[in-house]
Formats: sequence, structure tokens, C-alpha cells
Amino acid sequence: MMALVVGALLWAIVVVLVAVAALRGGGLVRTGLWEGFLDFLRLTPRVAIGVVGSGYVAAVLPPEVLGGLLGPKSGLFGTAIAALAGALTPGGPVVGFSVGVAALKSGAAPPQVIAYTTAWALFAIQRVASYEVVAMPAKIVWLRVVCSIPVPFLAAWGAMLIGRP
Amino acid sequence: MRRPRRKPFDWSTALITACMLTAAAVVYVRDGWDRFAAVFLGDVHIFVDILPKMGAGCLIGVFSTLLIPREMVARLVGAESGFRGLVIATFAGVIMPGGPMTVYPVAGAFLVAGADVGAALAFVTSWTLLGYARVLVWELPFFGTNFVLWRMAVAPAFPIIVGLLGRYVAKAVAARGVKI
Repeated sequence: MMALVVGALLWAIVVVLVAVAALRGGGLVRTGLWEGFLDFLRLTPRVAIGVVGSGYVAAVLPPEVLGGLLGPKSGLFGTAIAALAGALTPGGPVVGFSVGVAALKSGAAPPQVIAYTTAWALFAIQRVASYEVVAMPAKIVWLRVVCSIPVPFLAAWGAMLIGRP
Repeated sequence: MRRPRRKPFDWSTALITACMLTAAAVVYVRDGWDRFAAVFLGDVHIFVDILPKMGAGCLIGVFSTLLIPREMVARLVGAESGFRGLVIATFAGVIMPGGPMTVYPVAGAFLVAGADVGAALAFVTSWTLLGYARVLVWELPFFGTNFVLWRMAVAPAFPIIVGLLGRYVAKAVAARGVKI
């Protein structure tokens, strides 16, 4: 039900944006639709590989390994491992999200996976090294990284507090 | 406005494809065709389910990049300080279009323009955790609506926390004579 509402909401936003673009004129609607279509084409195989493939990775991994390491009873230690793994995950979003989904399917608890994706978003070494350090003063980047260290833990803890929606 | 293109081939995807194919081969050899097909059908169902949302996500990403000028986001953040400044910076991070190649230079520009450290940190943190583009285009297709909503329910507090912490640390370090 929630998924349906979110889907409808997303398409409502699309309609509003297309209407605004149409009012602005200048071929914006055509450019937008075409580029959006191209993005969709580029994205589809990546998501297909990640979503379908992660099922096989989950089937290969013995559930007791990940379940023990990152499962519901893994607590702070599991969260720490998840956060560290997120920070060290190389590559772009395909890798980060595929690993997260595979872990979720093979017995990792959602709060731990939330810690993983949060740490990946905040610290992913490749993004920090190839984009952030280049564009921002190094001291600021360090300050951000240090101040963000508690966040994956707070995210897992917060997720546990509110429980699955 | 020109948008940076996603490369049609990248090493991340190649690596993940190799891992997934290996895992699929192991499942087929070890567990046989029935299990192989069962895993495939279960996940294809999820994939087909998310396709319409992915389509909407791509269109929202493209149209908002075309319609929201980056300069507007930069002005929004530079203008306010205090707690209000952190809230505005967080909001700006959510609506900031574009990928890492555009977001960090904008944050760098705030600092040059005189925005405080806390606002810049809140902006970057908000973009990484709440930025609509990554959530719609990547996270929603992979994890599904429930998981994403769960993660997002707690996330809005974090850019503010990082911003406050950043301000505090910057002040503490400045008191010792190190300028950030």
C-alpha cells in the first residue's frame, strides 16, 4: 500500500515538473523526456544485475555467517562492522547498494544494513578521494568525516527505536 | 544547462556483474535448476515492481536539474546562519540536483562566499543521506519503499547534528590557534 502511494506521488511530481517545463517552453519538455529516457535505459541493466544477482549472492552465502555477524543480535559490534564495511566499499552506487541488498537478503538485520548504507553514503572512499578532496579544502573534508563518525551508529539505533514502518 | 553523463560502461558494474554471475553459477551447479529458477523468479518480480518508480525517478532527476538553477541553491545557503542556517542547508542538500561532480564545488563555493562551516557540512551531509536523486534513482529500486522510508525517518536529524558538531569542533580548534 505504502509502495503504491509513493509510486503515485512520484508520478504526480513528474506531472508537475513537466507542466512547469512546458510553461517555460524552449524545448525543455522534449529535452527532459529524452534525457530521462536515456537515464532509465542506462540504469535498468545496472539495477537488474544488482537486484536479481543479489539473490544469488544471498543463496551462496551461508546465512549463519552474515546472520551471526550482522544479524538482529549482533548489536553494537555488528553495527561497527557494517559501518566499517560501508566506508571501505569501493566503487559507485551499483556496488554499495548491491552489497547492501545481498546482505539484507542473507540474514543481516535492517538496522545494520542502514548503518552500512549510511556509512557508505558518508564516507565512500572513492567519492571522498576523487570528488570531495578535489573541490573542498582538505581541512573541511576531515572535519566533516570526523564529525560524521557517530552518524551510522545513530542511524542504526534510531531505526531500531522506531521499528519497521 | 549541460548535465554530466553517466558512462555506459564502468568498472563497478563490471565487477558486480562478475560477482553475481559467479554466484548464479554456484547456485546452479550446487543446488540445481529448480533453486536457480526460484531465486530468479523471486527477484525478477521485485525488479518489475520497481520499474515504474525508477522511470519516475529518472524523469524527476532530469527535470529538476533542468528547472532548478544551482546558483539559487548556493544563494539559499549563504544567506542564513545559526540554527536556521543549518535547517536551510539541510533542505538545500535534499533538493540539490546533480552528482558529486557538482555538489562539492557548490559546497566549496559557499565557504568562499562566507557561509559558516556548519552550514557547508550540513549541506554535504544532507545531500549524501537525503539527496532526492540518489534516493529515487538508486536506493528505492534496490531496497524498496519500506526500507527507504525507514532509513529516511531518522536521517533528517543527522545533517543538523553534523553541522552543530562541526561548528563546535571548528570553534574549539580555533581557540587553540588552528584556523579551519
